[in-house]
Amino acid sequence: MPGSIDAVETLLTEAGYVADRGLATVVFLSLRLGRPLFLEGEAGVGKTEIAKTLAAALGRRLIRLQCYEGLDASSAVYEWNFAAQMIAIRAAEADAGEPRDRAALQAELFSDDYLIRRPLLEAMQPDPAGAPILLIDELDRTDEPFEAFLLEALSDFQVTIPELGTIKAPEPPIVILTSNRTREVHDALKRRCLYHWVDYPDFDREMEILTARAPGLAPRLSQEVVAFVQALRTEDLFKHPGIAETIDWANCLLALDVIDLSPEVIADTLGAILKYQDDISRLQGSEAKRILDQARATLGPTG
Amino acid sequence: MPEYPPLPLPEAPRLAQNITHFARGLRRAGLPIGPGRVAEAVAAVATAGFTSKQDFYWTLHACFVSKPEHRQVFAQIFRLYWRDPRFLEHMMAAMLPAIRGTQEEKAAKPAQKRAAEALLDGAEAPDRPDQPEGEEPPEQLELNAELTMSREERLRQLDFEQMSTAEVAEAKRMLAKMQLPIRPIQSRRLIASAAGNRINWRRTMAQAARQGGEITTLARAQRRLRWPNLVVICDISGSMSQYSRLILHFLHAVANRKGPGWARVHGFTFGTRLTNITRHLGQRDVDAALAAAGAEAQDWEGGTRIGACLHDFNRDWSRRVMGQGAVVLLITDGLDRDDSDQLSAEMQRLHLSARRLIWLNPLLRFDGFAPKARGIRAMLPHVDSFRAGHSIAALQDLADVLTRAEDSGEKRRLMQMLTSE
Repeated sequence: MPGSIDAVETLLTEAGYVADRGLATVVFLSLRLGRPLFLEGEAGVGKTEIAKTLAAALGRRLIRLQCYEGLDASSAVYEWNFAAQMIAIRAAEADAGEPRDRAALQAELFSDDYLIRRPLLEAMQPDPAGAPILLIDELDRTDEPFEAFLLEALSDFQVTIPELGTIKAPEPPIVILTSNRTREVHDALKRRCLYHWVDYPDFDREMEILTARAPGLAPRLSQEVVAFVQALRTEDLFKHPGIAETIDWANCLLALDVIDLSPEVIADTLGAILKYQDDISRLQGSEAKRILDQARATLGPTG
Repeated sequence: MPEYPPLPLPEAPRLAQNITHFARGLRRAGLPIGPGRVAEAVAAVATAGFTSKQDFYWTLHACFVSKPEHRQVFAQIFRLYWRDPRFLEHMMAAMLPAIRGTQEEKAAKPAQKRAAEALLDGAEAPDRPDQPEGEEPPEQLELNAELTMSREERLRQLDFEQMSTAEVAEAKRMLAKMQLPIRPIQSRRLIASAAGNRINWRRTMAQAARQGGEITTLARAQRRLRWPNLVVICDISGSMSQYSRLILHFLHAVANRKGPGWARVHGFTFGTRLTNITRHLGQRDVDAALAAAGAEAQDWEGGTRIGACLHDFNRDWSRRVMGQGAVVLLITDGLDRDDSDQLSAEMQRLHLSARRLIWLNPLLRFDGFAPKARGIRAMLPHVDSFRAGHSIAALQDLADVLTRAEDSGEKRRLMQMLTSE
């Protein structure tokens, strides 16, 4: 467990995640104070990635709960394996030699063998490597009842299963929640978490990320790629490209053996960075060239 | 964030006190901060230590900020509170233009005024007028409370534009009682139900366990019904003013109705720019709500830029308020001088992301209304239903439209006129 903010920064950098100071601070606080970390930001800025990186860097297990509308306790916490229980009952009946007493059968049916653990319960299980990292991804996609349910689960880390009793995590998991902000998450939940807004990176940080993630790209080309994407983010687009898109695009250019950005290359590979038809059609023709020239101007002359 | 000179370290008890005062400042500026968070912040600072100003900033930030729009306010208050021991003078400078001459000239940054007001307790803040300009003067009318049916009936049919002040007041009262029923939509959540079409295994097994493993009946479940969201986008430009005022009254009534109905009602106004007034609609008192909304929307009775405003809506809000199958009510006369290609494209996007798009247009009250204006021609193909919205009766008809999914209002007739030209 890292002992200072600097240690968190080094830990993440070594695992290939370039974090800014603000993010490193909240991650450190979250680890140290044992509080859930709530990350908000546009899609593709690396919110989910931070959980993955942290799990890898700390050597912990990553348990992911992907949220969707209609997610309920039985698919988030636990469920009994009803079909297997049913078969067990029938098998006990067929075993007609001596009648088994009811209590024994019931105890067997509601034992660990028939319990299906879903992510939240899984995250409360003891682990020799230390408490796992629980990623609750895209919380904004669930509905409010589930959010309210999480309030309790996140504060106590215990679950009561009527037939088995209360299960409490020996060591609470490290919880990371993410949201794309398609809807506002309730204040009550945010209040229990440390909050951080993950922004698009600046030029230097995005360069670092790209060098770490797409090492094969020639330095000049990566500069152009980053400058172009940064220029795109200042345009009035329906969806601005995230870091994930920058990396995707760089990999596309690598696969195509591109050595230099040109309006034609951009037009051919635009699908890697822009995901809405309106945005793509805006960049047809001279518009791409204008942004490319603008991006090149910020880089200075070819060195 | 910019670099600041290092802070001389105060002693620990003073620091806790300072953080508490700082939190109070933030609270006055509108950040939701309870005592629990303050205690947490003190603990967090103790954990993170005092290595640098920047870490201190981010530590407090993590504890106190919970929305992106609060970041600016936090940054300003942090700057004022923790940096300059003479912060009061700085705030006076920001607040009172009269003494600014003695301070160095600098442009007020966003949220600076709000930060200053929060820390100064609002006492020195100049009094804001209670009512925005353009609000009607307080009425000194004695209303006859004994309404006869016929008078109410007449008022129902009367055009908002032709109402006298007294009639407007009466109409507001009628609108406040109005409802907008809607059919619920099926959610993916399940609830136990005897007549359900799915088997509820959990309950079946629980029953069986009570009977020693004997399954006598299968418990059933069905999909739960949930209510959709309503998004109202209302034109408040000059040509719409008489309608939009009353329609906002109606909107306030719908937004505050108790019982089953809309899950959430989001309200937007536009003229030359888009304003989200959802938060203000939540105020219980309709006049206070509309006054607050009016103060926020700076463009009452100005011009109209429908295309540009819809563009802003599609870009900034549509994914946040329409994610769960919202019905959209667009209230505008469609008179727009901007680029009609853009308008058409934005309408198309709005239509694609809405469960249902209903356009209320007061112009439709005129007999022989024809879709001549360019704006109307650009918008009409992209709506599900096109209706008049000029009287209480017209708004009540809206209730019927919402329960009948296939109703398209006048759209078909007008589309025929458009294509036959």
